[in-house]
Amino acid sequence: MTTFNDFVIRFANVNGSGSASANSMFAKAIFRMGVPVATRNIFPSNIQGLPTWFEVRVSDLEHFGLRDQVDIMVAMNAETYKQDVQAVRTGGYLFYDNSKPLDRTLVRDDIVEIGIPISHLILPEFADPKQRQLFKNIVYLGALSSLLLIDFDVLKGMVSEQYKGKDNLIQPNIHAMELGRHYAQEYLECPLPIQLRHSENVGDRILIDGNTAGAIGAIYGGASICAWYPITPSTSVAEAFEQHAKRVRVDPETGENRFAIIQAEDELAALGIVIGAGWNGARAFTATSGPGISLMTEFLGLAYFAEIPAVIFDIQRAGPSTGMPTRTQQADLLGAAFASHGDTKHPLLFPSTPRECFEFAADAFDFADQLQTPVLIMSDLDLGMNEITSDALRWDDDRKYNRGKVLTAEDLDRVESFGRYVDVDDDGIGYRTLPGTHPTKGSFFTRGTSRDEYAIYTEDPDIYTKNMNRLLRKWETAKGLLPKAEINDTGQVVGVVYYGTTATPMKETLALLENSGIYVDTMRIRSFPFGEEVESFLSFHQFNFLIEQNRDAQMKTLLVNELGISPDQIESDLFLIRSRAEFSFARIRNKSRPD
Amino acid sequence: MTFVAKPKIHHPLLQFNEIGLKRRDYEGSVSTLCAGCGHDSVSAAIIMACSELSLPPHRFAKLSGIGCSSKTPSYFLGNSHGFNSVHGRMPSVATGANLANREMYYIGVSGDGDSASIGIGQFAHAVRRQLNMLYIVDNNGTYGLTKGQFSATSDRGSTSKKGVPILYSSIDLVSMALQLGATFVARSFSGDKQQLVPLLKAALLHKGFAFIDVISPCVMFNNHNGSTKSYDYLRHNGSRVVEADLTLPHEEIRVNYEAGSTHAVTLHDGSTLHLQKLAEDYDPTDRIKALTRVQEAQETGNVLTGLLYVKSDESDLHDILETPSKPLNEMSESELCPGSQRLEQINQSFR
Ligand SMILES: Cc1ncc(C[n+]2csc(CCOP(=O)(O)OP(=O)(O)O)c2C)c(N)n1
Ligand code: SF4
Ligand SMILES: [Mg+2]
Repeated sequence: MTTFNDFVIRFANVNGSGSASANSMFAKAIFRMGVPVATRNIFPSNIQGLPTWFEVRVSDLEHFGLRDQVDIMVAMNAETYKQDVQAVRTGGYLFYDNSKPLDRTLVRDDIVEIGIPISHLILPEFADPKQRQLFKNIVYLGALSSLLLIDFDVLKGMVSEQYKGKDNLIQPNIHAMELGRHYAQEYLECPLPIQLRHSENVGDRILIDGNTAGAIGAIYGGASICAWYPITPSTSVAEAFEQHAKRVRVDPETGENRFAIIQAEDELAALGIVIGAGWNGARAFTATSGPGISLMTEFLGLAYFAEIPAVIFDIQRAGPSTGMPTRTQQADLLGAAFASHGDTKHPLLFPSTPRECFEFAADAFDFADQLQTPVLIMSDLDLGMNEITSDALRWDDDRKYNRGKVLTAEDLDRVESFGRYVDVDDDGIGYRTLPGTHPTKGSFFTRGTSRDEYAIYTEDPDIYTKNMNRLLRKWETAKGLLPKAEINDTGQVVGVVYYGTTATPMKETLALLENSGIYVDTMRIRSFPFGEEVESFLSFHQFNFLIEQNRDAQMKTLLVNELGISPDQIESDLFLIRSRAEFSFARIRNKSRPD
Repeated sequence: MTFVAKPKIHHPLLQFNEIGLKRRDYEGSVSTLCAGCGHDSVSAAIIMACSELSLPPHRFAKLSGIGCSSKTPSYFLGNSHGFNSVHGRMPSVATGANLANREMYYIGVSGDGDSASIGIGQFAHAVRRQLNMLYIVDNNGTYGLTKGQFSATSDRGSTSKKGVPILYSSIDLVSMALQLGATFVARSFSGDKQQLVPLLKAALLHKGFAFIDVISPCVMFNNHNGSTKSYDYLRHNGSRVVEADLTLPHEEIRVNYEAGSTHAVTLHDGSTLHLQKLAEDYDPTDRIKALTRVQEAQETGNVLTGLLYVKSDESDLHDILETPSKPLNEMSESELCPGSQRLEQINQSFR
């Protein structure tokens, strides 16, 4: 039986062999045929020589979660050959370079082998050893276009786009692609029963990763200062910010940059720069991952207590410590929520899609300014570094930045007295002034030490207590401001709760459940502190399954701690690395039908 | 009814400067440091420098880390914003503040613990970045606020040769600043207003990273274990009436000595500091020579003071980053947000 637009293909390559661009071309070509795709890089913390995998899930139904086994394996790495062969599902396809004979001990008779003499095809055509290596990737791309029916014009168009300006590279690339394509057409049974065809399902959507989308969100949100220290998987946030700011944030007349980027000496300095800028009224952000958050904690406490806006992207990776730098996880929740000593807590945002990375990034600057506190965007490697079909980015030109309560010189002339931490509006948020605003009014001393409403140092226990309780009032205000959970409630008994990238496989999980006649309500948590809707969802459902990607059920801890609900109300569905639809499905099914 | 004519006072505190302000308008709140602390002299010198330059006080931003020295921004320029950040991290906060608004004057005050130990990395990188600011280290060779632990700058001049030798080699922030490319590097003594005030004025007007290491004696802990003249020694071995929590009032140490000469200062613990002032014909434009002179003085047990190095017309961080003359924190939505049409083009590049 032929299937269309529904398969998982995995490319097994060697890091640094030039496979990345060929592989992303493969995904993009399918996307351009109108078919939704999601990509996944599985790569080592290494620059050259170690194995990497690139996976593309092609799915008209947008089932984008990770699957254990793949339909097609493109096995280009001899070192991982054994495990790669094992990863193919029964009835699946193994694509390999048969220039050298296969190790017969590895052969499986329940899968189909597709051998192509890639090295032999290349040898007489290209003299340069570097080109020989690079074009291996292009040859298999060509062969796959015949086997899977990738629109060849689309592919050729992409080569021309990619090498625009380096025209002498276009022809050799197309030639290499045709070598593979013609070989497959001539010697192999083309096409496979797994096929592609043009589809309307992409619509006007885009193929983008969360870090890039988040960086563009920072630009649209008015961030003018970015300070960062390189760390996987967050680096591309800063890089994309620079790349796009250079295009869209440069004064058209003078060529001057309406932004400043500092690659700081470490994460402490990165956040220090952000805090200094925020104190002085510019929108600033940093991007980091777990180890960076650990280093930033002292400063996070300062920004919390001195009430200074800051935006931090935490692109989470597997911890503890250096952990697995190139693997995804959602294990920084507790560390981020309560980062720093003393009674400190911070608002968190949980984007699930690149589009939401864009929106939350832009919104985070408003939230940070309004709440005068650091706001953390809790993305992860999976969302941050992998391209996935996403809603296009949208901006309302009528939108005005909400800079929160900042007094101008005219405001200061009007007010009788100014006290930085006076809770005038009873929402826990005082009015602030920026340095240099007024010659005689509104100056104050910002400090991490205890102070009174007029920012004067004090250790008076009553004043200290009053101030700490005001900060709690601000916390309440935050609940009404932050994005509400996305809830689908049709009055079922079972509630399924998820957040961030555990949302990615959910469409498939729900489809599997529905096929088994099981209907559940869902809630996707989008921020911390939780709004009332989160509490009522959890209390109204007899069973709540909470899917997360960490060992210790960190979101559950937050929910139980903040909402005062009983731990029995939430059943954890924990994955140490990536959540999987088939597992969540099985667990939810078993629980929903206790027989 | 009798009229008493008000006496005409020409006290400097009451004289108006060019922008119609009095010295008093540059003062801050009352210091809570120990009487006689060198740090207070530095604050007083900052007040004099700023008022003599007739700069508007509210256009300054004062930044500091943590320590007695870092408290001092409260005690000068009361009409400007201050930021007492965290220990050793003032340079990064100052970097961010400066990036946000290039039009203000930035004064950072730090201590030797703050800058030479916990914050040495941030200090070094702020110098590298050519941040346009005045960076002052109130260098008392000890951790004042935490009560007298050794500091990495301790082994300086002849004082360190008294008492128990410090086990580790010392860090000289002036040499570091010179090496890392600061374009204004000076050293002075807190009690030498004749030298310090003009240096501060020049540093404030300098574009780029201006660093002044101010030797600023601590009246409480400028002592070494084993020094028979130290406050600690007296407390434990001296007269019984001295209680452990009693602090003796001290006088501020003032000096006034000629360019080119050497001057011995007796510190509160009785130790001697040998200050050596650069001669008037010293050429401060030669960085290598400056480094050599600093080190030569160190070898002979002297602390060289004066403007060691200056290089004008260098680019600062904003020039390097090519930011506009309009401060980034004043940019409006229309200047920051590329708008929906542009976003559609961006979308198109991801299709
Ligand atoms: C992270 C951190 N560690 C330690 C301290 C305690 N501490 C406060 S001030 C200080 C030393 C200050 O020495 P210095 O910078 O020389 O300033 P001084 O008081 O001598 O002027 C220390 C260690 C702190 N505030 N923060
Ligand atoms: S302890 Fe030393 S540095 Fe601190 S205020 Fe007293 S004299 Fe000054
Ligand atoms: Mg000190």
